[in-house]
Amino acid sequence: MTVSSPSGAAPWLDQNEQQPLVQIKGVTKKYGEVTAVDNVDLDIYPGELFCLLGGSGCGKSTLLRMLAGFEDLNGGSITIDGVDMANVPAYERPTNMMFQSYALFPHMTVEKNVAFGLEQDQVPKFDIADRVHDILKLVELEDFKKRKPKQLSGGQRQRVALARALVKRPKLLLLDEPLAALDKKLRKQTQFELANIQEKVGVTFIVVTHDQEEAMTLSSRMAVMDAGRFQQIGTPTEIYEFPESRFVADFIGSANIFEGRVTEDGADHVRVQTEFCEVYIDHGHSVKVGSKIWVALRPEKIRITKTEEAAIGPNQVSAVIDDIGYLGETSIYKVALPNGDIFDVTRPNQTRPTHATQQITWEDKVNISWESSSTMLLSK
Amino acid sequence: MYGKRSRFLTIMLTLGLAFFYIPMVLLVIYSFNHSKLVPVWGGWSLRWYYELFQSPEVWQAVSLSLQIAVVNATFATALGTLAGLAMVRFGRFRGRTLFGGMLVAPLVMPEVITGLSLLVFFISLNQLIGWPAERGFATITIAHITFSMAYVAVTIQARLTGMGQTLEEAAADLGAKPFKVLTAITIPQLTPALISGWLLAFTLSLDDLVIASFVTGPGANTLPILIFSRIRLGLRPDINALATIMILVIAICVAIAAIVMFRQQRADMLDRQMAEREEG
Repeated sequence: MTVSSPSGAAPWLDQNEQQPLVQIKGVTKKYGEVTAVDNVDLDIYPGELFCLLGGSGCGKSTLLRMLAGFEDLNGGSITIDGVDMANVPAYERPTNMMFQSYALFPHMTVEKNVAFGLEQDQVPKFDIADRVHDILKLVELEDFKKRKPKQLSGGQRQRVALARALVKRPKLLLLDEPLAALDKKLRKQTQFELANIQEKVGVTFIVVTHDQEEAMTLSSRMAVMDAGRFQQIGTPTEIYEFPESRFVADFIGSANIFEGRVTEDGADHVRVQTEFCEVYIDHGHSVKVGSKIWVALRPEKIRITKTEEAAIGPNQVSAVIDDIGYLGETSIYKVALPNGDIFDVTRPNQTRPTHATQQITWEDKVNISWESSSTMLLSK
Repeated sequence: MYGKRSRFLTIMLTLGLAFFYIPMVLLVIYSFNHSKLVPVWGGWSLRWYYELFQSPEVWQAVSLSLQIAVVNATFATALGTLAGLAMVRFGRFRGRTLFGGMLVAPLVMPEVITGLSLLVFFISLNQLIGWPAERGFATITIAHITFSMAYVAVTIQARLTGMGQTLEEAAADLGAKPFKVLTAITIPQLTPALISGWLLAFTLSLDDLVIASFVTGPGANTLPILIFSRIRLGLRPDINALATIMILVIAICVAIAAIVMFRQQRADMLDRQMAEREEG
């Protein structure tokens, strides 16, 4: 295995140092009247594990298929390792793909499936045997090489598909919903395995997924896609903690989003007046005084205090517990605000809830509050 | 409701099955009739089987029919597969709709028209280039290919659509050039459809009377033509014997196909069980 570790932890920030491996410029794909991918730009650097995240029909799979060479572009260009892919057919591209359905050849054994790609490149026979053996060892399937795909379990098939896609040492590996066909427990375990394998082989991965948890766990960077466009590109932390739009804030995790009007815009703080309280944000934002704005709060960043007293001051609201959902590791509280809005607040269940410790219950009067750094201001 | 079967349904089923199978059973029984007159029972005998095997005419017809059927099935499968591939895998090309329509036209065309038009075609071809000098094996085979190819194309089209393109894409993605994809992936995946297409074309050819009658020439009798011409002179017991043998052959073929399919299903089931056991 060739291991090429990316120089520096964040090559996308260090643009002078490293040449992007994949350059997507103004790429557009139309199916008749429908625009599946709408003029997108993206650079992906060597060694990245990049996730394209979005709901069904957002264009993520189409983009992946264009990278693999299965779909023609209606506009723009794709460059991989400095070569324009416009006239390069799928079978000559330095990419390999792992299909959602795995697409294992049912009439070939595991060994034959994995060797297929190497045979196309006229790799010498003994070399093929070695490489097939090594890659099957990596995915822990050496004992299954004489089996047909039908004789394997879902998880084993998934690993054969990965081995088959990796064995040619592609510059870029495209993975279309690699874990979607596995059951939940296996999926969680495989997420980490996949990331480990990527680190070991050092191949750049582009993963398409609709599962935000998967994207968060796997990716070095990710792009949130909707209606054929990128809504935001960034590291999982950036996307979660600093969403740029209501769509992203709501799509990744959950968020309580409410409207307000900017009353004060300082260099190091912003004040927003909303229907039920004043919101104070302890960092600057490029907003105009008087303009309409949305405030988003993550449920886990809100505190609940049981009290009869009315809330005074910014970032505090008096509320009533409307409903409680017990999820095991956490509980979710539906909190009714004075204006009728319902906020979600989550709290970890650090102790076993008994009657004695279950302090907050239905219809309780509470105050909710949050840190002035936790608020996310969204202008679109 | 499901426990007690309605008597009405049982009676209808019996009547329906009887309607289908009594004629065939009668045919088989009468093939063992010693009497020369078909409707008159003269005791059990293998006389007509013996006479049948003595008749060179029958053997020639059987041999001609089988030759035509095999050549026809092979060519029809090859051409029909190419046509099916063109329809399903080549995307939109100029004249695709017209091509698709023309491909299935022989399915709905009355056989009399197909036969007549082919006869006219062969006669004018003979006048133009001197071929075919006489009609028989070659003309019947060509005529059969023209219509049985349509059936194969439809079978292949259905299979290609059903199996999707992912496996072929995966092969291309792994570096296989289009021809390699066809031979290493598409054709092996199509095998069941190819076999059933071949068998379908084979039976269609073996079965055809109308078109063969139009395009055949003196001395070239296929089995259906022979049977039909003999029947015109009155029911004959040796034809019953011949028909019984045909029924037997077809029954054996169907039984083999069923057994093969059953074994395949069993193997699939065992594979799945094995995979599940190991997963758990």
